[in-house]
Amino acid sequence: MSGREDFREILRLVRPGSRVLDVGCGEGELLELLAREKGVDGRGLEISPEGVSACMARGLAVVQGDADSDLDYFPARAFDYAVLSQTLPQVRQPRHVLAELLRIAERAIVSLPNFGHWRVRLDLLVGGRMPLTHALPTPWWATGNIHLCTVRDFTELCDDLDLRIEACAALANGRPARPIDPKHPLENWRPESALFLLSRANGAPRPASAGERTDLFG
Amino acid sequence: MSDGETMGGLLEAGAAGATLTSAAPLRLDSGAVIPSLEVAFCTYGRLNADRSNAVLVCHPLTLDQHASARHPKTGKDGWWARVVGPGRPLDTDRYFVICSNVLAGCSGTTGPSSIDPTSGEVYGMSFPVVTVADMVRAQAVLLDALGIDQLFAVVGGSMGGMQALQWASDYPERLFSAVVIGAAPRHSAQNIAFHEVGRQAIMADPDWRAGDYAKAGVRPEKGLAVARMAAHITYLSEAALQRKFGRELQRDGLSWGFDADFQVESYLRHQGQVFVDRFDANSYLYITRALDYFDLAAAHEGNLAQAFRRARDVRFCVFSFSSDWLYPTAESRQIVRALNAAGARASFVEIETDKGHDAFFLEEPALHAALEGFMTSAAVARGLT
Repeated sequence: MSGREDFREILRLVRPGSRVLDVGCGEGELLELLAREKGVDGRGLEISPEGVSACMARGLAVVQGDADSDLDYFPARAFDYAVLSQTLPQVRQPRHVLAELLRIAERAIVSLPNFGHWRVRLDLLVGGRMPLTHALPTPWWATGNIHLCTVRDFTELCDDLDLRIEACAALANGRPARPIDPKHPLENWRPESALFLLSRANGAPRPASAGERTDLFG
Repeated sequence: MSDGETMGGLLEAGAAGATLTSAAPLRLDSGAVIPSLEVAFCTYGRLNADRSNAVLVCHPLTLDQHASARHPKTGKDGWWARVVGPGRPLDTDRYFVICSNVLAGCSGTTGPSSIDPTSGEVYGMSFPVVTVADMVRAQAVLLDALGIDQLFAVVGGSMGGMQALQWASDYPERLFSAVVIGAAPRHSAQNIAFHEVGRQAIMADPDWRAGDYAKAGVRPEKGLAVARMAAHITYLSEAALQRKFGRELQRDGLSWGFDADFQVESYLRHQGQVFVDRFDANSYLYITRALDYFDLAAAHEGNLAQAFRRARDVRFCVFSFSSDWLYPTAESRQIVRALNAAGARASFVEIETDKGHDAFFLEEPALHAALEGFMTSAAVARGLT
């Protein structure tokens, strides 16, 4: 996504001074932003050596590795938040990764492109081609996305994994995030991209403390 | 001599180097005691007023305290001149870099070729077996003498990386950051096996004389050269050997004999020969033994993360090389996973290179850039200007 509009929303969600793991942190833009604006104690996991080196030059603690195999080695509840920004469709085992995120962190913040967006459906239906949209800008032969899903698919997976969706917002190019009910049928058509704040349904996440937003989006 | 004078003199060691003499006995892991200790070291740069900019560089197996500047014996640049120096990743305009010869070494620090003060004779094989932890103890004695309570960083590659890990395990409160390059949390069966080949080559040399060659005025040069040849192969990748030598011959045609027909043979023989001029056979035995005994998790019921339990506040940076088969990336990952499990602040990157284990002191811009980035950001965090 250009300009990474999800960063702005993640920045709003994260409690000041919390511990954050950014999975697929790229060159560390988000971690740096979180450290600067929210005093966050951030760590990163990134697959490309160039990304890791760039992070190190920014003074960030980042480990080269991939979400599929390296999350297993983090201790349980080591972080307040685990962030997976536009990365879930690129992992080999989304189900495992999602479960791991909520083992090692109290909450997970996951953003992903919505394959149920009306333009995506139209492209496929009318054009008969793999869609190219703002949220999915890469042609099929070059994309790293191997596990695309719709908002409904993701919501069902969360139910299946016993994860609670504390909040959800639709993200669209240049417009402010819009809080949505991800289970509403229309919302499987409308968002180009969606951001979820998740917690374990059975584990009691710590109550919202001072400085944490309760009006999650808007 | 008062403490102040000692300290002042030692801090002026510079690139030419100095030797600390400590009369306090050094108790070793084996239970043995070294009655008095000498530690030879060099320094680069200046210690700042609040003594917060000291960087300890730990050298690998066969190198010494001459990390930067010209080596007084060989006339060559220091072994890590690419990394240690003004404007380099370990910037000596900014940091006070210390590099000391390891315990059991042969470049001025107490080792098997030193004189045993109790007998007045060369230690030889009566020198006690030492460990990586003992090497680190000797370095801590040096830091005490220099009046340095906390290192800004401990930095090491290969065996030096293992010392850095040992530092983090044994003296975490004395570290602000630690850089571990091309190392492993323990010596593998393959690592031990290669070392055993080297040791057996030395011991099979009739001039070794059960370690007492110094008294006889001879040196087990053949055995030591073979040990080096075998070890040298492990420092290079198959691709690097192939690129450098392939099947190229020394001269036109085969000799139909056992001269060095192939360039790779001639290269290895040369490596063996120059090594015996600068290294001591008994030191080689003792240091390889120390590495073989290295197993950081062993003291913690096999749980490596426990070794780093007290090092949560240390900033770690771990590097591996994609073509290193001596201490492969998987070993570095074990370190990093244990650091994460311990909740330490760790960075890790695998450098893509075909140069093998030796990449850590060769021209490797990706390593140097990442190391510089790590050091600079750590310096900011430490308040160094």
